[in-house]
Amino acid sequence: MSRPGWFTILLGACLTVALAFLTVPVAAIFANSSPGQLLSSLGDRQSLDALWLSLRTTATSMAIILAVGTPAAYLLAARSFRGKALVVTLLELPLVLPPAVAGIALLAAVGPKGILGGAVDAAGIELSLTTAGVVVAITFVSAPFYLRQAMAAFAAVDRSLLDASRTLGASEARGFTRVVIPVALPGLASGVALALGRALGEFGATLMFAGSFQGITQTVPLAIYDRFSTDFDSALALSAVLVAVSGAILLSVKFVDRGAALRGWQPE
Amino acid sequence: MLSVEASTAVGQLRLEVALEVAPGECLALAGPSGAGKTSVLRVVAGLLRPDHGTVRAGGAIWLDTTRDIELPAERRRCGYVFQDFALFPHLSAWQNVAYPIRGRDRRERALELLDRFGLRDRSEARPASLSGGERQRVALARALARSPEVLLLDEPLSALDARTRGGAARELAAVLSAGDAPALLVTHDFTEAAQLGDRVGVIDAGRVVQQGTPSELAAAPRSPFVADFTGAVVLTGTARPGADGLTHVELDGGGEVVSPDAADGAVAVSVYPWEIAIEPAGEPPHGSAQNRLAAEVTSVTTVGNRVRLGLVGPQPLAAEITRTAADQLGLRPGAKVTASWKAAATRLVSTS
Repeated sequence: MSRPGWFTILLGACLTVALAFLTVPVAAIFANSSPGQLLSSLGDRQSLDALWLSLRTTATSMAIILAVGTPAAYLLAARSFRGKALVVTLLELPLVLPPAVAGIALLAAVGPKGILGGAVDAAGIELSLTTAGVVVAITFVSAPFYLRQAMAAFAAVDRSLLDASRTLGASEARGFTRVVIPVALPGLASGVALALGRALGEFGATLMFAGSFQGITQTVPLAIYDRFSTDFDSALALSAVLVAVSGAILLSVKFVDRGAALRGWQPE
Repeated sequence: MLSVEASTAVGQLRLEVALEVAPGECLALAGPSGAGKTSVLRVVAGLLRPDHGTVRAGGAIWLDTTRDIELPAERRRCGYVFQDFALFPHLSAWQNVAYPIRGRDRRERALELLDRFGLRDRSEARPASLSGGERQRVALARALARSPEVLLLDEPLSALDARTRGGAARELAAVLSAGDAPALLVTHDFTEAAQLGDRVGVIDAGRVVQQGTPSELAAAPRSPFVADFTGAVVLTGTARPGADGLTHVELDGGGEVVSPDAADGAVAVSVYPWEIAIEPAGEPPHGSAQNRLAAEVTSVTTVGNRVRLGLVGPQPLAAEITRTAADQLGLRPGAKVTASWKAAATRLVSTS
């Protein structure tokens, strides 16, 4: 075997730097908190409330994003119409908004004094400083991640598959559920993972729009921030839990991808 | 009976076609890519709405733009075999075939169809693990699963490698001759069209420029395009290796030709019309042309500055000579001639 050339060594060195920079801080979370500490900090009421709230609001938000976002993304990928590029850009705009701006924007739109505040109030919905407000905030910031990925996944589905489905007697709606969605599934799953990651970590917009009240609007990132000045160890432990949950999500998406490939699902 | 009339713009192309296909008949539309072949199929299937047109299948009207009748694609009973087969990648072979079938026995019916194509033991395989030939047969089985009133085939052999193409072509020909639905097939290859179609329509720049049997088209092309597109004359026969190192082919219907290509058994003999020389009948052999067939002129067609001669000997063939030569020989239908060409210009393709 020949010795690696200088270029290979350069590539390896860059990878080492990147890996160290990105993994050392994450590893440090676990290094500083013993498993026992981790478990005990989870025992307290505030942590459990925050975890439960994060899971509930994220699940609700994902359900809304999937139900509305999937057909919307399909429309954008499958049809062409005037002004489509503008529509796509508007949908993607929240991607580049700083979280604080997202929070202000939500307050200005559907907050008590917002332009739609009256209408929301009249409908009997209370958003600011409520759990529903958390769902609105995380849906607002994470939906574009899913939409973007889902559009790409649908656009990659061979048009002739849907044509074939129609010539075989299936309406477009039937072909969409029986062919297009299953074929696009790996791409959709990675969209869900991106949106989930963003939703679980959401901080700024939630804090500004919904506040930080234990059991009502205090999600895990808010609870971590709340503690870090007073109880660094328990903030660390809660962080470890968030890392573990996010890591598990990332892994499960990789498995969906892998499983699809094993079953011969190749987006052609 | 399938009848199609369509007039529409497809991108840069102006499509103007009128076609009729009888029950049990296969019309092969042959033309270069971009000629509008696939668009014709899409109009029939309801995947493309022409500006003006009608589509009638059996007794039913599928499309009539003047009366604002347009049946959606899913309600037209078309068996459509797509160019890349368009098999659903997430479904197994039998699930693909069962896709259009409703009812409790859909699995059994799908397996029966797969059985017909010799694929029963591949029924659980997904398209990615099927060979090209197997995919083509699954696509064909799926297209037939709805008992279609019209069969549409888009380049059904082009996705196959040369080795499997011969067998697949024979199988397809058998399926086409067994069914009684009208079939419309498109291909860029005239030989394929001649092999699979009862009639061939040559399509160029959105128009069907000529229709007829393959030998009619080769013998009497109506335009230089058709003449060039039809390409080689194809004769059939049985080959055996000769003592002289050449292959001798006994032609079906009489006559013998030789070729340097190695072959044994049933073969297709191909030679380009412009390789064939014509001399008055009864002249003694001279020169290097070893292949000589007695023939009668059936048609004389001027194609640009050339003349295409339709000939009938043991089998129909066509020769192409200059107008000057045709005038000198005084050729007209009924003239007895000898067609000759070099052994070296004779290609053999095994068909067994």
